[in-house]
Amino acid sequence: MCSATSYKMASAMQEKQYTPSLLSFFIYNPTFGPREGEEEKKILFYHPSDIEKNEKIRNVGLCEAIVQFTRTFCPTKPAKSLHTQKNRQFFFEPEDNFWIVMVVRNPMIEKPNKDGKPPTIEYQEEEILDTVYGAVVRQCYSMYKLFNGTFGRAMEAGGVELLTQKLEKFFYRYLQTLHLQSCDLLDVFGGISFFPLDKMTYLKIQSFVNRVEESLSLIKYTAFLYNDQLIWSGLEQDDMRILYKYLTTSLFPRHSEPELAGRDSPLRPEVAGNLLHYGRFLTGPTNLKDPEAKFRFPKIFVTAEDGYEELHLIVYKAMSAAACFMISASVELTRDFCEQLDGLVGPQLTLLASDICEQFTINRRISGPEKEPQFKFIYFNHMNLAEKSTIHMRKTASVCLTSVHPDLMKILGDINCDFARVDEDEEIIVKAMTDYWVVGKKSDQRELYVILNQKNANLIEVNEEVKRLCATQFNNIFFLD
Amino acid sequence: MGMTEPPQQHYLELSENPVQFEHASSVNNVFFDEANKQVFAVRSGGATGVVVKGPDDKSSVAFRMDDKGEVKCIKFSIGNKILAVQRTSKSVDFINFIPDYPHTEFSQECKTKNANVLGFCWTNWNEIVFITDQGIEFYQVFPDKRSLKLLKNQSINVNWYQYCPETAVILLSTTVQGNILQPFAFRNGTMSKMSKFEIELPVIPKPAKLSLSERDIAMATIYGQLYVMYLKHHSRTANSPSAEVVLYHLPREGACKKSHVLKLNTTGKFALNIVDNLVVVHHQSSQTSLIFDINLKEPDCAVNTHQPVLPARSIHPYRMPLAGPAVVPSQPPVPCQLYSSSWSVFQPDIIISASEGYLWYLQVKLHPTVNLLQDKGKLMDFLLRRRDCKMVILSVCSQSTLPVVATVFDKLNQVYKEYLEAEQSYTVAMESGPSRGSAAQKRPVRTQAVIDQSDMYTHVLSSFTERKEVSHKFVIAVLMEYIRSLNQHQITVQHYLYELVIKTLVQHNLFYMLHQFLQYHVLSDSKPLACLLLSLESTYPPAHQLSLDMLKRLSTANDEIVEVLLSKQQVLGALRFIRSVGGHDNVSARKFLDAARQTGDQMLFYTVFRSFQQRNQRLRGSPAFNPGENKPRVHSPDGKLYQNHRKLMKPTIGGLKI
Repeated sequence: MCSATSYKMASAMQEKQYTPSLLSFFIYNPTFGPREGEEEKKILFYHPSDIEKNEKIRNVGLCEAIVQFTRTFCPTKPAKSLHTQKNRQFFFEPEDNFWIVMVVRNPMIEKPNKDGKPPTIEYQEEEILDTVYGAVVRQCYSMYKLFNGTFGRAMEAGGVELLTQKLEKFFYRYLQTLHLQSCDLLDVFGGISFFPLDKMTYLKIQSFVNRVEESLSLIKYTAFLYNDQLIWSGLEQDDMRILYKYLTTSLFPRHSEPELAGRDSPLRPEVAGNLLHYGRFLTGPTNLKDPEAKFRFPKIFVTAEDGYEELHLIVYKAMSAAACFMISASVELTRDFCEQLDGLVGPQLTLLASDICEQFTINRRISGPEKEPQFKFIYFNHMNLAEKSTIHMRKTASVCLTSVHPDLMKILGDINCDFARVDEDEEIIVKAMTDYWVVGKKSDQRELYVILNQKNANLIEVNEEVKRLCATQFNNIFFLD
Repeated sequence: MGMTEPPQQHYLELSENPVQFEHASSVNNVFFDEANKQVFAVRSGGATGVVVKGPDDKSSVAFRMDDKGEVKCIKFSIGNKILAVQRTSKSVDFINFIPDYPHTEFSQECKTKNANVLGFCWTNWNEIVFITDQGIEFYQVFPDKRSLKLLKNQSINVNWYQYCPETAVILLSTTVQGNILQPFAFRNGTMSKMSKFEIELPVIPKPAKLSLSERDIAMATIYGQLYVMYLKHHSRTANSPSAEVVLYHLPREGACKKSHVLKLNTTGKFALNIVDNLVVVHHQSSQTSLIFDINLKEPDCAVNTHQPVLPARSIHPYRMPLAGPAVVPSQPPVPCQLYSSSWSVFQPDIIISASEGYLWYLQVKLHPTVNLLQDKGKLMDFLLRRRDCKMVILSVCSQSTLPVVATVFDKLNQVYKEYLEAEQSYTVAMESGPSRGSAAQKRPVRTQAVIDQSDMYTHVLSSFTERKEVSHKFVIAVLMEYIRSLNQHQITVQHYLYELVIKTLVQHNLFYMLHQFLQYHVLSDSKPLACLLLSLESTYPPAHQLSLDMLKRLSTANDEIVEVLLSKQQVLGALRFIRSVGGHDNVSARKFLDAARQTGDQMLFYTVFRSFQQRNQRLRGSPAFNPGENKPRVHSPDGKLYQNHRKLMKPTIGGLKI
């Protein structure tokens, strides 16, 4: 995998700055090859695959040893990461004896030397955060589990052979979509962005969901999103969290092009009965009329009362509104069903989408034109996973863009680590090197991070400014000043 | 859902307690007065007795009168004050029934020479109208003087007449063909001529002859408006395939207009009744009846054409209770012959069998309509206009599919909202003083169609949520649908509905669903709701945050917020909060200090203690607490400790600003 490189112009000399990148990623189970000579059996997945076998074994062995060693100090909490000059390793045991290890190369600066000497490389060991990359590893596992179920499940179904197949198939593609250089605080939160909506429109959506679930009784759960933001989830919170991640960072970006194309879009409204509609399947058949169309949908695994249940994931979209319908995987989905769904949901969802859009425009008009504010913020609520960021641009398939300097993002991450250490409400105000003020507030289960661009402000003024922000942006929640 | 008994098909029935009278015979003549709804059984011209049976016992009378010839017409004035009897075609006789007034009969001849009295109508307790073949004469009766005074008369050729006692309107059939109808209205001694109108005949006879029969015309008020109903028989020559009922709207003022056409889709002999604002058409040969609701909108042009609301059905079979001394307990009741040719039908809802001596009121049964009318939206429109609709409507609510339930709720809430608004504007009008304007507002009438949240809760939702066979998914969907409909009609949702939603969600462990509903404020903020959420905290910890948020938004619950925080030992949080809302000056120091002490954290206690001392200093110039008021329980014993600490304390400690 090639690492993304960015250039930074420094006074006279040209420095080359390298962002953190993925060195290796492997999964092993020490119980699979306990005897000498059988070490290779422990390794279930190794990226990059072209590494020499003995090196793989050595690396796995090292991790095993570190974990084992640190266990002697705290049997319940063995090491989670290992910091070295050149890289950082993250250990995660998602299921008993199954270990996922991710090795990230530290960001570095390459300083060219005069006289043709090889450039000096300066590793920035302290620039990356354990919390951020620890969260990335956990996310990798959650994503695998969403589409494949647990490691244990694959073991039961087909032993090590099946598990390694599944891991290979999943991670080969998934690791290519990891963009370690743009991971930040939001990955730690793994939050959900909710679409702001008035009560009446929300109730209409409720009514829509309930009616569809009644008339298509195969549907077990429904989730409803607008503009890539969640409005309703019939799934439990943790399942929704990872499904949301998949939808917004993978599925939707892949399908956004026709909509971005605007008016000249080749999308033609479908006619169901005598109703025009813009509904289409994002998963499953691309064209219902195609006689060759396949009615296969991705399968996902969600928590159920007794372990896990496997579901078909139907994602259906009309304009900016997307509905996810989940149906037990034991049912075979037919053309008939898809046509029925298309005919029922298409017109209603189209109507609903334009309703929401209209309501949204009205609300925006009432609240006044959006001025570029003096501050940027990230808000997160642990209770409902609600996240809001004015720092991050729209997510695209490739990267998640932020509008602030990575140094500031690092400060946010540091403050977050501080908050994680204590249970009490806290407030931290930092003046960054670049003259920005960074304020972190924690009240009960909520966290707020504000970046203020007022270099001449003093501590009191900054404090006042944040109070004002809370009063305007968060007046409807209990958030202590 | 789970209907076990066969569906009831008959939607019309005869009243259970008919008025019974001695049946008509050669010695017993029977008369019916539509105004007082009294049946007169006159034996031998009254010599052997007149028995009057009314709708209730109060209006029932029995008396004797001299036989002065055959009785043609007999009626009491309103309130049974004066009896009028017509025995000849020239005059009407009167007998006082007011105690202490002379009982001797007196008589009045019609004023118009050579005229024949067709009949008479009482329009008041002492006002009477004679209808003759040459016009009408309006009299006032003076029972004490035993005389009458002519108030007004009008010359006009009359074929026959009809009287609508409810509106005191007399309708005269005039001209040779009889199809020009002239109505007159009477009120408090005045007679006013209303505009005449023409009934369109299916065929114009040549030569002209009387072509409009009295039997084919009826008057009745439907939805508060007076209508003349014309039973238009089919005619081969006019090529009309079946009979229809044409309704002419007769307003108090202005012209009469043809307004509705009811399609009967058959031919034969018909009779009309009005029950609960429905036009009931009885068809004798098929022994069935049809009902029409003129307010049910049919997508049609200028004149509203209506099809029957429901398929034709016969009146519910009726068994005659055997009464009188001859009754033997073991004898089964005799089935009554419905649609018998001896039946006479009177407006609005009376059916009389003179040969059997029964008077029934016709009634509509609403329960069978639920199964007969498939279009539930139309069913709701129909039911909402009926008098005893509440329980039937409520029964429909919980046994349909979701879209139907939604339609039903919307229709109910539309009516509910209109009532609330009327009530509201009435209250406003009353408060602003009744003096204003002559049009004093009437208090809105609450009909059964007004189904409020408590009806819905008691009769539908609360029992529905407990039904085991209904999936909780559907229950919640129905509850949300009801809340949606209330919101759509801008009706404030009552707390008990939210409670029901929460109870149902909690019962099925659907906390995340609840969380989302609260997040979008679907369950509106209130103190009781916030308290309910607090009580859920032990099973669902996020309820704590939801509750605090709600209390904050209410902005009238600052005390509650402080209590919640103190109970969680968040003493500093409570203190900061009370300061931020400006309540620090008036707050009781004791509860803060008590809470701080309970934490066992001496630094915390000191911080809180100092904070209040500073407050006291600012307010009263002294750090001392007022004796008796806000006095902390702790004093000097620990004082030393604070002295020592004071040196270490700075205004800001850690991240906590005090």
